[in-house]
Amino acid sequence: MNAPNHEKILPPDGELARPYWDGAREGELRLQHCADCDQFQFYPRIICSHCGGDKLSWRAVSGRGRVASFTVVRRGISPAYPAPYVVALVDLEEGPRMMSNIRVEDVGNVSVGAALTVRFEPWGADHVLPVFELSES
Amino acid sequence: MRRARWWCVLANPGRALRGKVAIAGVADTAVGVLPGRTPMELCVEAALGAIEDAGLTRADVDGLLTCNAMAQPLMYHAEAMAEYLQIFPRYCLSVGAGGGTTFSIIHHAASAIVTGMADVIVVAMGDSLRSSLTREQATQVQASTGHPQFEQPYGATVPAYYALIAQAHMAEYGTTAEQLAGIAVACRQHAALNPTAQMRDPITVDDVLSSRLIADPLHLLDCSLVSDGGSAIVLCSAERAADLAHDPVYFLGAGEGHSHEHISAARSLTTSAAREAGQRAFAMAGLGPDDMDFAQLYDCFTPTVLVELEDLGFCAKGEGGAFVESGALAPGGSLPVNTHGGLLSHCHPGNPGSMFALTEAVWQLRHAAGDRQVAAARHGLVHAQGGIMSSHTALVLSREAV
Ligand SMILES: [Zn+2]
Repeated sequence: MNAPNHEKILPPDGELARPYWDGAREGELRLQHCADCDQFQFYPRIICSHCGGDKLSWRAVSGRGRVASFTVVRRGISPAYPAPYVVALVDLEEGPRMMSNIRVEDVGNVSVGAALTVRFEPWGADHVLPVFELSES
Repeated sequence: MRRARWWCVLANPGRALRGKVAIAGVADTAVGVLPGRTPMELCVEAALGAIEDAGLTRADVDGLLTCNAMAQPLMYHAEAMAEYLQIFPRYCLSVGAGGGTTFSIIHHAASAIVTGMADVIVVAMGDSLRSSLTREQATQVQASTGHPQFEQPYGATVPAYYALIAQAHMAEYGTTAEQLAGIAVACRQHAALNPTAQMRDPITVDDVLSSRLIADPLHLLDCSLVSDGGSAIVLCSAERAADLAHDPVYFLGAGEGHSHEHISAARSLTTSAAREAGQRAFAMAGLGPDDMDFAQLYDCFTPTVLVELEDLGFCAKGEGGAFVESGALAPGGSLPVNTHGGLLSHCHPGNPGSMFALTEAVWQLRHAAGDRQVAAARHGLVHAQGGIMSSHTALVLSREAV
């Protein structure tokens, strides 16, 4: 583990998920789509988690979703994560659920079911991570 | 409140194990803050205590099952322990399923006895998270929970992962922070009756709600303790146990359910694989939730107990909060839960945590639990889970072999 007390935790590199991270760098949320059952999946796998098929390709998705659940972390995991911050499970419009942060001025404004929009945040020296913010109503 | 009576029929409910195996000896070390004691020493002390409690000697032991210690990780934990004890087992294994290890290991041990892999198995666990964990090890434990690529970077702490379950339950069923707090209060009421518990001073719902927020909606007192301690049992055939020092406590049912590893990939946030674990354990035992005189439920954080009460069939889905409010979980309630005080108030030395729920269940079923004895207890359910509500094992234990 690389100095977890001072740096943000970085996602380890891997060939399968590289289009996801490349997409984030280019400002696009990309998910694997299955040609056999026409569904999206997350996290990326070598087979479709719905039908077991392997005709998977990457597609850009809307970046819209809703809060499935969330918590306000009051005691950060390390000094690189100043509390309070919101960790959430996001149900994407296209189906899959993912974990992310919700960037919000007042953490009291987050609620289950709230509409979210993705945005992209530089992470460490050369990563970009998808995070979310509350959608304008 | 009326509890639903149900159990399911399975293609193979594993009846070959039912009533064939018994717990013959149990022992806990002191728990709490034990500076200078290594996890291995705690593990060995507990094992020797359990062997003596059974009226056996080290030479009788031919099976050893352990789990690794976070504060003293070993490549070959069970082998190292056998060496320390100078026993030479024919069945020796260290198992890792997080907090769920405790009871999945018992399931395996029972199967090993029935299939002849071993005759007398010691299951021993010990760790010293409170006194021996280095800062680096503690950070590692926190940061290594979750998916390395798609969860860990977002900085969720262990309480935060469980808070996601609590928040989802509150949104879906209207469960309140007061109801969650009631679980911590009930555990503390039991602990107050247990001289070995780490935290015995009574607490109120207000105390829980006014303790500092860790990860909304979880407050400090919704979170389990950090402790040192070791615990062990001796398991053998029911036949052999009948000739040993204490009345045997029979293994009537076991069931497991495994639904996910990462909470973002869970089938559901509010219904866990404790449901399958419970259904399978009850099916093997031929008993149901109504037959249980007490339940020891995994309580690393209060919401786990809430979901487990529902999924194990002690109340309907969504009614866990009301069930807690009814006072059912407290001493003298309709379903005393965590009669030793649980991970919330007795002790939580990491993966060995539920061993103390198991030894407590044995003392309850021997009718040797002192001030906290559940009157005329016949059957009890113990449950543990590991991961983030990921892998579940339930056991049905009884003072009766039938
Ligand atoms: Zn598919």
